[in-house]
Amino acid sequence: MNEALLRSLTPSVLGILVRRGADFAAAEDAVQDALVEAVRVWPADPPRDPKGWLVAVAWRRFLDATRADAARRRREDLVDGEPAPGPASAVDDTLQLYFLCAHPSLTPSSAVALTLRAVGGLTTRQIAQAYLVPEATMAQRISRAKRTVSGVRFDQPGDVATVLRVLYLVFNEGYSGDVDLAAESIRLTRQLAGAIDHPEVAGLLALMLLHHARRATRTAPDGSLVPLAEQDRSRWDTEAIAEGVEILQAALARDRLGEFQAQAAIAALHADAPTAEETDWVQIVEWYDELARLTDSPVVRLNRAVAVGEANGPRAGLAALAALNDSLPRHTAVAAYLHKRDGDLATAARLYAEAAQKAPNLAERDYLTRQAARLNARRCR
Amino acid sequence: MAKYLLLKHYRGAPASVNAAPMDQWTPEEISAHVQYMHDFAARLEETGEFVDSQALAPEGTFVRYDGEGRPPVTDGPFAETKDLIAGWMVIDVDSYERAIELAGELSAAPGAGGEPIHEWLEVRPFLASSPTTTECHLR
Repeated sequence: MNEALLRSLTPSVLGILVRRGADFAAAEDAVQDALVEAVRVWPADPPRDPKGWLVAVAWRRFLDATRADAARRRREDLVDGEPAPGPASAVDDTLQLYFLCAHPSLTPSSAVALTLRAVGGLTTRQIAQAYLVPEATMAQRISRAKRTVSGVRFDQPGDVATVLRVLYLVFNEGYSGDVDLAAESIRLTRQLAGAIDHPEVAGLLALMLLHHARRATRTAPDGSLVPLAEQDRSRWDTEAIAEGVEILQAALARDRLGEFQAQAAIAALHADAPTAEETDWVQIVEWYDELARLTDSPVVRLNRAVAVGEANGPRAGLAALAALNDSLPRHTAVAAYLHKRDGDLATAARLYAEAAQKAPNLAERDYLTRQAARLNARRCR
Repeated sequence: MAKYLLLKHYRGAPASVNAAPMDQWTPEEISAHVQYMHDFAARLEETGEFVDSQALAPEGTFVRYDGEGRPPVTDGPFAETKDLIAGWMVIDVDSYERAIELAGELSAAPGAGGEPIHEWLEVRPFLASSPTTTECHLR
């Protein structure tokens, strides 16, 4: 049974049903039924036209459900009055589905859940496992999301930035349960990039590929964090890096810069360096200047301070840092690092310990605590 | 999308505004309180923000390793002065602000005289096991 094929067909099948006049929530249920049926039937009797098969079965399920529901009699008449289903172009429908699932009326968690279910074709159980919540909770999230967007017209293009934000949220959730969300978000972004011609979609795809290429080296076998400078570059996925760089260059050539392209450019400069020492920090600082101009985000300026510290020395980095609010996440960690580079080990150790207290996750907390312990041990010898 | 633990204490938290012990409420007031908690959990299930909820018995025991070949040391039931957790609820919400809003609502559960207890609840963010990939030179 080819689960990947089923997942990739889901959005266009769903899009066709909605295009034919099915209500989004009912269409989604019908498509899920058809997928279950496919899993049951296909191994013994594979269809020649998988998509056509799914559309036929899903449409039949939708009609059955509509007929069975006496209260919906009126809509049944409406549906029967629709023109006979002909072949529908799938590409545009899939695109509309992305916009629908990332609709601004949805909360981020609902948009993510609906996207993974309706566009990604994942089951509710898989999504629940990936986000470590009970299946019933995820089912409620999805059905509320479906209700929220059920009145939204299907033929209006949405906001690309919202879709990209949702996909990046999925990517950043990473890996848990039996679904690799990073790989899944890359697949969905790739599909989106095939359906829409937009430099920021390409920028996000490039960014994801470049980050993903380093994934195997970002943590040690015991789960502890390996910082960029210490990662084993021979284990980076050169194919993914080459693809990411190529996609990025094509996007940049169109001269419509956006924040994802700028972030991808920074990731590409890291990926390009044969050793950490050979990183082109001067160019990275320039990209952070672009990024700060585009986003005005304090997190960007914090990262810029790190880059300045590498390009112009730790004192320059500390000066850049001094201009930022010290309540920013990771501000203390950055200060600790720059003081260590500057040779002030006592201050660095104290700040690392303080940063560990504020760390947002276990891997980072353990990393920062170890840094503090290492410096304290060195000072006491 | 972050998980938070809402902790309810038997003892150890600052006193509630409406702090009468539960055995001095009327049975109806107790029912109303329990119903409020049920409704609260049910509403969070509806919104897709509910993860888990459990109540704990008031008796707890501290346990400590006491060396090779010896049984663990225990200090017996918690003494009256110790902090004591009564139960928890785990929620999965879009923002810290939403977690605070929900904890505030939970703290408004009715107690003696049908008035809100105003009890202190502790809100603790979960530490995720692995970091996200957003741009950061440390990774």
